[in-house]
Amino acid sequence: MHTLKEQIIRQLNLKDLKPEDIGDDQPLFVEGLGLDSIDALELIVLLQQEYKIKLANAEEGQSVFRSVRTMAQYITEHQPAQA
Amino acid sequence: MPEQKYISASCSIVHGIVSKDDKLLYKEEGGHVKDFLLSAYKRFDIDYPKFYKMDSLSKLGFLATEILLKGSMEKGKYEQDKTGIVFANRNASLDADLNYWESVKKIPSPALFVYTLPNIVIGEICIRNNFKGENAFFVQEKFDIPFTEFYVNDLMDRRNLDACICGWVDIAGEEYAAVVYLIEKEKKENSILFTTKNITHIYELANG
Repeated sequence: MHTLKEQIIRQLNLKDLKPEDIGDDQPLFVEGLGLDSIDALELIVLLQQEYKIKLANAEEGQSVFRSVRTMAQYITEHQPAQA
Repeated sequence: MPEQKYISASCSIVHGIVSKDDKLLYKEEGGHVKDFLLSAYKRFDIDYPKFYKMDSLSKLGFLATEILLKGSMEKGKYEQDKTGIVFANRNASLDADLNYWESVKKIPSPALFVYTLPNIVIGEICIRNNFKGENAFFVQEKFDIPFTEFYVNDLMDRRNLDACICGWVDIAGEEYAAVVYLIEKEKKENSILFTTKNITHIYELANG
């Protein structure tokens, strides 16, 4: 999850934050990290770029991007098998 | 006849030099524009994490306005809809457009796309300061000072604004310049008349 936090910080330009500042279960939006709708789109791009995962259903986003842990779980479950 | 307005303060960021009311505040020449904007942000101790996400045009206009307003117009002095913004530049959002174009070659970046309009810089300043007055962004070959004086006067009279931030905010590659003015109806101790001559004088001083 540390790597994922680093990727989130880089993708969203959260330069004041370090991976350890983001709790595994901390909400990413609104009351948590305070991310907005554009950040949500950037997280979708991150999944595509880094993990080759396309979010099949946009409505899934709300549960997938709830926290770093839910993102990590989604990645683990949906990452294409390595050749 | 329009009601008399005053230039309460001015701020310029040109070629690595940050000045307010013609006093040098910060100098860092020779570096890249992105590094300079970040250094200036830290130097002036501004705490606004969204700054990191902005494109260079928004960073430039945001920084210039932060420095312009600090100590010159306290937050909440006027009602939200009584402060307007009128900016102009030559290169519109070309800098952000090119960055976005680069990202399109891989996966288009939504965060870059949202800055592909020049008036986004005004939006960032309005969000930061809670301004809800009229605003406009003009793309001009060079800073049309008589037009700016006319437009700001007209806007402040028609919309009954108490204050207006206006000026030139332009960036293209490593070339950048911001000269912004705080215009108010209220006369202050060090304010000068809002005239084409005075706007020009400040603009020319900033640009050497």
